[in-house]
Amino acid sequence: MTNPAPLLDVSGLTVSYGAVEAVRGIDLKVTKGEIVTLLGANGAGKSSTLNALVGLAPRRARQLSFAGEDIAHLTPELIVRRGMTLVPEGRRIFPTLTVAEHLLLGGAKHAARGPLAETQAEMLALFPILKERLHQKAGSLSGGEQQMLAVARALMSSPDLLLLDEPSLGLAPQVVDRIFALISDLRARGLTILLVEQNVALALDIADRGYVLVNGRIEIAGSARDLMASAAIRDAYLGA
Amino acid sequence: MDIFLQQLLNALSLGGTYALLALGLAVVFSIIGLINFAHGELMTAAGYVMAFALAAALPFPLAIALAVAAPVLLATAMERVAFRPVRGASGTTLLLTSFAVSAILRVLFQNFISARPVPVPMPSALSGVINLGPLHLGIIQSISIATTALMLIGLTLFLNRTVAGRAMRAASEDFAIVRLMGLRANGVVATAFAISGLLAGVAGLLWVAQRGSVDPLMGFLPVLKAFIAAIIGGLGSLTGAVAGGFLLGFIEVTLQAWLPEAWLPYRDAVAIMLVIAVLLFRPQGLLARKTVLKL
Repeated sequence: MTNPAPLLDVSGLTVSYGAVEAVRGIDLKVTKGEIVTLLGANGAGKSSTLNALVGLAPRRARQLSFAGEDIAHLTPELIVRRGMTLVPEGRRIFPTLTVAEHLLLGGAKHAARGPLAETQAEMLALFPILKERLHQKAGSLSGGEQQMLAVARALMSSPDLLLLDEPSLGLAPQVVDRIFALISDLRARGLTILLVEQNVALALDIADRGYVLVNGRIEIAGSARDLMASAAIRDAYLGA
Repeated sequence: MDIFLQQLLNALSLGGTYALLALGLAVVFSIIGLINFAHGELMTAAGYVMAFALAAALPFPLAIALAVAAPVLLATAMERVAFRPVRGASGTTLLLTSFAVSAILRVLFQNFISARPVPVPMPSALSGVINLGPLHLGIIQSISIATTALMLIGLTLFLNRTVAGRAMRAASEDFAIVRLMGLRANGVVATAFAISGLLAGVAGLLWVAQRGSVDPLMGFLPVLKAFIAAIIGGLGSLTGAVAGGFLLGFIEVTLQAWLPEAWLPYRDAVAIMLVIAVLLFRPQGLLARKTVLKL
């Protein structure tokens, strides 16, 4: 039995800000078509890991390959152009730019107008609310709408792997449900997802596998079902 | 009434030049948090290129094109050589780097060109006056107002209609995230410097057209004024920079016109006092914006 080559293959990933080591040599694999979740308490190094993967945080790694290619020395803009992108924590939309402008910039890697218009039409079909708000400034959107905009903006680059950092943060429960329904929907369309989430039950419900980060190290890795069943994990690491 | 209109035109002309300079400072500051004190040397460079091009008897339009192109190139070169290595460093480091660049350029101007003013023989047609009824409008002044208007319209269109312009607006809000759009960080920063160079070049030409000569220190005072204008407007806000530039122009022209003669030597001091008064009530500037400088 051979495993297919992973889409994202990371080993010995370390992230340090000056003297502070946020992530201390973790190994991580994400296979095409999977939803993998990264769990852990505040400050465990989850966001640092995602930021490092796209090149926004200072990183070192024994191996950092995406789609079979070494990306350890690529800038964020080049990594995004190769098909891995991040929906950052806190959404980080541009408040004074319109929804349409976000989609335009998100799709900047499509040099031709054809694919750009096509992808935009796809996004507006996926997020009808954004169509209504197309010429509104993003700062005037509700939190849930901003989160959808942040996802749509990232999807405009037609990624193969989407990194999602705390998509439920600060959102009302029914909005969170909508976002998670959307994540399943995206997977059904063939997108591979690496999800960081505070809401452990929700994350494990949707994921195939998970990793638990504690103080910058992976303490447990396993299928979502095993992680869910493990009372020890819940008590010791997740505080649920 | 005539005097009022006359002074209004004076204020528009002077304020417009301050606005262009303040805008150039704000474009760069809004993206990388650098206050570029070498901005004045970009103005001076435009003046020298104009002086040499005219001295070499090049056609006037070509001379203008070269004089505007030079500060654009110089600004992008400055970014590449001096500011890129310290990008992301503290505001103080950036500021000191820009002082160094400014000082080096000034010394180069002094040693390789001249410490004395070099004449810029603008065509004599420009020194005329248009008589509109009771108004006497200087041709250079009219050109200055029209050019400022064109530059502001052009920049607005660029920022709102092109991908590169929108990327710059996005970068002024969240630089790191613009990189996640697959847009090259270096490209966005270089564009910002090129635009600031263009604005400084145009302002420099308007400036030398009024004074008729260029010297190594020429850029210092107007850029200091532009810096004050940018602060009044709210540093990093582009609209604020323009508003601050015009406001400072109006204050100076008004004081020049109506201050008692004995007070005129203190005009700048009075102007600065008014600026301080504005800042006491609006410490963030008139049109403040939050600056986001992450990663």
